[in-house]
Amino acid sequence: MATTVNKATYNKAVNTSPFYAVQLRKFATYGLVTMFAVLFLLVYLSPLANMFMVAIRSQEQLSQTADSSIFPMGAKKYEYKGKQLPIFKVEIDGVTRELAQVSATRRSSVFIDPANPEAGEITWEGNWRTLEPVQVMEAHFENFAEAWELINFPRLMGNTLFIAVTGMIGTLLSCICVAYAFARFPIPGKNLMFIILLGTIILPGQVTLIPTYAFFASIKWTGTWLPLIVPHFFANAYNVFLLRQYFLTLPRELDEAAMIDGAGPFRILLNVIIPQSWAAIISVGVFHFVWSWNDFFGPLIYLLGQKELQPVSVGIQVFNFQYGQRPDLIQATSLMAMAIPVIIFFLAQRVFMRGVVITGVEK
Amino acid sequence: MTTSTATSANIGPESRLTILQRQRRWGWVFLSPWIFGFFVFTFFPMIASFVFSFTNFRIGEPIQLLSDNPACVAEFGSLRCLFGNWEKMFTDPVTSNALGVTLRFMLIAAPISILFPLGMASLLNSKFLLGKPILRVLFYMPFMVPAISGVFIWQSYLNGQTGYLNRILRLLGITEPPNWLFDSAYMHTAFVLIGLWGVGNAMLTMLASMQGVPTELYEAARVDGATGPVVFWKITLPMISPVILYNLVLSLVGLMQYFIVPYVMSNTTRSDPSANFINLHLYRTGFAFGDMGFASAQAWLIFIVALAFTVGIFATSRRWVYYASGG
Repeated sequence: MATTVNKATYNKAVNTSPFYAVQLRKFATYGLVTMFAVLFLLVYLSPLANMFMVAIRSQEQLSQTADSSIFPMGAKKYEYKGKQLPIFKVEIDGVTRELAQVSATRRSSVFIDPANPEAGEITWEGNWRTLEPVQVMEAHFENFAEAWELINFPRLMGNTLFIAVTGMIGTLLSCICVAYAFARFPIPGKNLMFIILLGTIILPGQVTLIPTYAFFASIKWTGTWLPLIVPHFFANAYNVFLLRQYFLTLPRELDEAAMIDGAGPFRILLNVIIPQSWAAIISVGVFHFVWSWNDFFGPLIYLLGQKELQPVSVGIQVFNFQYGQRPDLIQATSLMAMAIPVIIFFLAQRVFMRGVVITGVEK
Repeated sequence: MTTSTATSANIGPESRLTILQRQRRWGWVFLSPWIFGFFVFTFFPMIASFVFSFTNFRIGEPIQLLSDNPACVAEFGSLRCLFGNWEKMFTDPVTSNALGVTLRFMLIAAPISILFPLGMASLLNSKFLLGKPILRVLFYMPFMVPAISGVFIWQSYLNGQTGYLNRILRLLGITEPPNWLFDSAYMHTAFVLIGLWGVGNAMLTMLASMQGVPTELYEAARVDGATGPVVFWKITLPMISPVILYNLVLSLVGLMQYFIVPYVMSNTTRSDPSANFINLHLYRTGFAFGDMGFASAQAWLIFIVALAFTVGIFATSRRWVYYASGG
């Protein structure tokens, strides 16, 4: 430590330029790396900009060509004597002005200056079709309202919320119990069972798909929400793993103290384990909610043709296959479907990302 | 329940159990949801789908082993008939093409599913980066976009005329950028691009693992005169190799089940055979055509291929994965 201080003082006292050159290079590196990261991020997220700009276009703006502006543009208008007048770039006496066209013939046009209407009407000689119209950004937010109505978004959202929240309750109840068993009880064969549990993470779902579907069909559960909810009451590997890892970090002394005070295992779980584990429990809840919101395959096969019961994911897909000619509405529904999970992520990003790290790194 | 463990040692039938036995019983009680779920939703269905793969199973029709079909047995013998669905997977051109498409796509998609998040994680781990917390959140964010929204968003982004990607490419001087989704030659590249929004978890776990590398290692390397790339290759990569292994396995198994992108894209790529991935083909076989016996055989094929990849990776992992515990 002492030597570095000496070196710095030495540099400052004798020759300042190397010291500042080093600092400068450091700042330049900071600037370059950060600038690269931001640029990269902008490109990475640019599909979102594309989505938004398509979502707010009118039909006419959608037919604009590839070299048109990336923003939805429309002709600039000026209201004069109760009429919407188009604005053109007009050159008068060598000065280009933006004027609103009041009336026109092939040879001449009458304009008015929107910046100074009191000056009266201006007559301009020449064919107005040679003039360049003035463009301004013209967003059509009404597309969102139209899409909202057409797909009956409140109903889709209600369905999704019901499926996600009931499934979340099931996941929490079952995974907490199972994780508690794995973390605290001396069950014979526990390690083997834990390995089997982890193995199910990499088991492709297809291999159980058809019998499970046939089973639900035979008990008349297809066409209802039950196949999307009930299986979550039987725990799943990711969330059990996350909760078990968390429970293992809690001191056993508290359990033992509660046991000596006469608490049974349920009481210990409720009064000792759960109150210490809210961070992990919340992240499991958020995981399941987001997973369920995004789930597509389950609702696709179990709710086939049941328009009234479909959640957002399947609902917007069915809609978009019908409205393939309305890219504006397709992008509007895509934005609506992603809004809730993305907002939840921003609100809970700390717990969420820590949960991902625990399940992903600690294997 | 209310009597304490200390006093209940000699009273009642329940108390004759030792504390250990009682703890075991409670353990099974708490474990029971998973055990029940494992058998009902994983183990039995797995066995059943294997059995179904030798049948002509269709929902609502009587199920029959393929070797119970006299016409078939008379011609080919009962054993060959029994394996009819399995044989069809390799003789039916559409099915074998679907498997080929999936494996060829994996060949490009799997390396990118590791290298792209690895690059992002290294960038976010750079000591010269300002605003790391916010950048990390924003780089992870696309992972939160539902797959279904993501596909529609990218479909518009990859539009040959007005999509932003081709506008960017034209700005960079590429006068005739490809029409991504309508050109068979570029379709898989387009699918890989869409997949770039799905690397959030891999990126985050790699980043966390990089941050967990002990700084002493880096300091020692600097003292020995190692430079940036060497440090990355000799220290960072080996130290995070367990996470790379985990993500590679998940990525390969996930790619065998690739479904949403080709399914949703089928409104534009409808009849293109290079968009017919094995899992999409399984869905069409089982649910559009109702041939659940054949679909079960395909499901087992997916399972066997995925298992082979997993076993292969774990078998070679000793050579390239570093475990700190020395195990």
